[in-house]
Amino acid sequence: MEQFAYASPKNLKDALGMLGSDWNDAAVLAGGTDLISLMKDYVVSPKKVVNLKGIKKLHGITQKGSDVHIGAITTLDELTSSPVIRSQFPSLITAAMGVSSPQIRNMGTVGGDLCQRPRCWYFRGGQGLLGMKDGKSLIVDGENRYHAIFGGGPAYFVSASSFGPALVALDAKIMIASPTATRTVNAADFFISPKDEKTREIALAPNEIVTDIVIPGGTTNATYEVRHKEGLDWPLVTASVALKMSGKQVTSASVVLGHVAPMPWNAAAAAQALGGKTIDESVAEAAGVAATQGARPLSQNDYKVQLVKVAVKRALLSAAGIA
Amino acid sequence: MDKRQVMGKRLNRLDGVAKASGKAKYSSDLNPDQLLYGVLLTCPHAHANIKSIDIEDAKRVPGVTSVRVILGAGKEVQWRGAEIASVAATSEPAARDAVRKIKVDYEILPHLVKEAELSKVGPRARPSGEQVSGDPEKGFAEADAVSEGIYGVPVITHCCLEPHGQIVRWSGDKIDYWPSTQNVSAVGGDLAKSLGVDVTNVSVDMQYMGGGFGSKFPADIWASEAAQHSKASGGRPVKMFLDRATELSIAGNRPSVFGKVKVAAKSDGTMTAWQSETWGSGGMTGGGLNADLFPYVFRQVPNRKVNHTAVSLNMGSARAWRAPNHPQQAYITFSAMEDLAAKLKMDPIDFFLKNIGTVRQDFRPTYERQLAKGMELIDWKKNWHQRGDSGKGPVKRGLGVGFATWGGLGHDSKCRTTINPDGTVEVEIGSQDIGTAARTMIAMVTAETTGIDYTRVKVKLGDNHYPASGASGGSTTTGGVSVSSRKAAVNAMDKLFEKIAPLLNSTPDQLEARDNTIRVKGDPSRSMSWTAACQKLGIEKITEMGENVGRNAGKEGLITQGVAGVQMADVSVDIETGVVKMNKLVIVQDCGLVVNPKTAESQGYGAGIMTICAALMEERITDQVLGKVLNADMEFYKLASMNDIGEIIVHMDIHPDNDKRGIIGLGEPVAIGGMAAIGNACANAIGVRVPSLPLTPDRVLAALAGKGRLA
Repeated sequence: MEQFAYASPKNLKDALGMLGSDWNDAAVLAGGTDLISLMKDYVVSPKKVVNLKGIKKLHGITQKGSDVHIGAITTLDELTSSPVIRSQFPSLITAAMGVSSPQIRNMGTVGGDLCQRPRCWYFRGGQGLLGMKDGKSLIVDGENRYHAIFGGGPAYFVSASSFGPALVALDAKIMIASPTATRTVNAADFFISPKDEKTREIALAPNEIVTDIVIPGGTTNATYEVRHKEGLDWPLVTASVALKMSGKQVTSASVVLGHVAPMPWNAAAAAQALGGKTIDESVAEAAGVAATQGARPLSQNDYKVQLVKVAVKRALLSAAGIA
Repeated sequence: MDKRQVMGKRLNRLDGVAKASGKAKYSSDLNPDQLLYGVLLTCPHAHANIKSIDIEDAKRVPGVTSVRVILGAGKEVQWRGAEIASVAATSEPAARDAVRKIKVDYEILPHLVKEAELSKVGPRARPSGEQVSGDPEKGFAEADAVSEGIYGVPVITHCCLEPHGQIVRWSGDKIDYWPSTQNVSAVGGDLAKSLGVDVTNVSVDMQYMGGGFGSKFPADIWASEAAQHSKASGGRPVKMFLDRATELSIAGNRPSVFGKVKVAAKSDGTMTAWQSETWGSGGMTGGGLNADLFPYVFRQVPNRKVNHTAVSLNMGSARAWRAPNHPQQAYITFSAMEDLAAKLKMDPIDFFLKNIGTVRQDFRPTYERQLAKGMELIDWKKNWHQRGDSGKGPVKRGLGVGFATWGGLGHDSKCRTTINPDGTVEVEIGSQDIGTAARTMIAMVTAETTGIDYTRVKVKLGDNHYPASGASGGSTTTGGVSVSSRKAAVNAMDKLFEKIAPLLNSTPDQLEARDNTIRVKGDPSRSMSWTAACQKLGIEKITEMGENVGRNAGKEGLITQGVAGVQMADVSVDIETGVVKMNKLVIVQDCGLVVNPKTAESQGYGAGIMTICAALMEERITDQVLGKVLNADMEFYKLASMNDIGEIIVHMDIHPDNDKRGIIGLGEPVAIGGMAAIGNACANAIGVRVPSLPLTPDRVLAALAGKGRLA
């Protein structure tokens, strides 16, 4: 990696003051499980690295009314150990345990999970977010088995965030601080499918830091991940569901897919198919089929269409306590 | 068998605790004083001419001690990752920074990095020519059933836990060389030759080794570069180990094999004909597979037509990979045979037994016995079912079988054993323990002969000043070192008996060494403790040599060659997700006289895990436009974790008939049959063949949808 300056501020204000107007000015270090490898591979070479670990305020899980606040540098291990999370958000627990490396769960943070860069091998190999060479997509005619089936480009990477689908389904809010202000965005708006190389895949400016994640309670939720390996590996497809129930009847639903698009993919048709229904095998299966609406697989990833069906079905059955 | 004191016992590795605790230092762990770090600049193109190279900026990076050009202007580069230049510096970051300052101007040339579709490789195909035996046309014509299929095994890499590399210190005339090698006795000579110095100047030291699997025999260019940088620095040691991306790109691979197979049988299962057209690549030089070895194991099928085409790719070269070519041949052969058995609605075990007459004659009873044992261990009769008869629910279970055969004759080996007056016994041998427990087995053979505890034998290996012993490749080490250490110990004991016999009022031929004593046979009252006996040597220690000469070994009866093995797999496949899970892998393996069943089983466990990785996960994924390996990492080059391997049962076929044959090597054969067993288990579970490994969810779902493919 390139040489860099290192800072470990003790409060958020100082940390924000150290960031710049360009991504290359400074990089925020939370758990470091992604940033360090990006730097070692020269995908990013920030002049400065600002470690957030010393900022106590960014740490911890608290219940405030019906909402739960998660500090951005709360580790995955802390999240999975939290009774507050365990009792209300099994969808987050499944997503966190899907990061099946104790080392990464010990170091990696919730905020870092949201901000991590795509794992696309063309991006990591230095071909940019869109994976272009000589004006042509390397992905569309290349090795796209792990790439997007929704969205239609020009970005074909898949969002790597483990929590993204669950947080979007749960209608979470992301709190963001800059040197001059704070703002809140919906989780659904935090993730972006870039149209050009200049756009980031998240709605964060170079001088901003994710501070908290706020999740409303009151849902029945679950995540199902289709995994090739039990050991550390990226899911092939995930589905997160959050349901508002009246007895056994679904009053409103959110179904969000992971690893199928540059952002967590809101499967609106699946959600619609669930309204007013009582979940059983056939309802879940129909929702799974509906979730594939609009899928446009590439040359090597049509299997993901099938995986979407089964992931949605199994997430719903899990939420309903049937599976 | 029952007279043995030590051999055949389940004993712990002498260095097990050291390895598990981190006390054992591998070459890559060493950090001698004044250490410099070497880093390679590798070519970013799959095929190019070097127009110019400029190293001046790199030389100016602070900390850099030397920069060397490996391939200069005018040279042609045939694969991405080829070594262009190297840098040594006082820190690894400085060396890496400097490498990025080297400016190379390339003329980019056309390349090819994919071979699964033979029709697309054009002039890169080099057919070996058709070989015919019997009358294949007649054989197919008189058959009741013919099965045709496509099968494939992609290129995989060795993924040694310890990467390739070494530390070298060249100070004055003396070169100290700490490699990670499978060939301690010869690797120093390799390095000396590349440097133009006498081999006597090179001292090799390697006490522990973190895996080679066939990829670590010679002194690579990285070794001579490290040496030259050391010399340039005035003799500071230079550490140069490959990073994982380079390791996976250029440090060897196992060639791919793809094939179209047609195989036929009578309705009772008797095979009448075999036809295979195979192709594959191990890099620029193609693939070295011998088509004549199809069908594997069941070679004496009466009518055969075979052809293999090597495809030349702009990729790093193949190196030997644990039983070169055998696992691929096993996969293609037993997949095709199992498909035919399924077509005949036969239990594949019955089908294979029906054709046992086409197997080498002396192996037939062994395979029959091993099949019976494997069936018992995997509960075949209860769990096997016809294809497509897998019950309700999305998770389908299936069983499969594969076979292995290997040579495993012990290599040339010399050894020097010393009995000291204080009772210590030292064995000096220029061998290496690459993870097979060679150190422990040498101690066990010596303890068997001297009658002392095996923990009291000090085995000195990993040093080229010791008597020369062969490379650890082809499952040849245990046989070779067992013979040389046995003979050296016997010769030393003859001398000791000569000294002690008069003191026990006996003759040397009447003495025996057991339980840490020297005693008169049949009269335990006339004995002397080992320590007391050695004290009688005074100041005269006994030092004797022992030797194994591979080509004569068979006549002496201590070791032989030729082993058989059977592997069986039990898998569950989720047909909605395409995910294949291992329930159980059973390995039944003969290797003659088993020196230590515990460490032998360990070889089986390791091979079993490698097999599961190759069957379910491993493949080198290349991009044709960029001409590169996309998954040269441990992220998308997938390997199994503990949760992915299921239960592995290793049953060593310890049997009086096998025992009489003496010691035979084991490392390769246990790594052969499992891919076929797992592939067949998957086909049995889901009712269709997934043509190409690894059995990833996308391939399984495609096969279920009737779209099975090779790439």
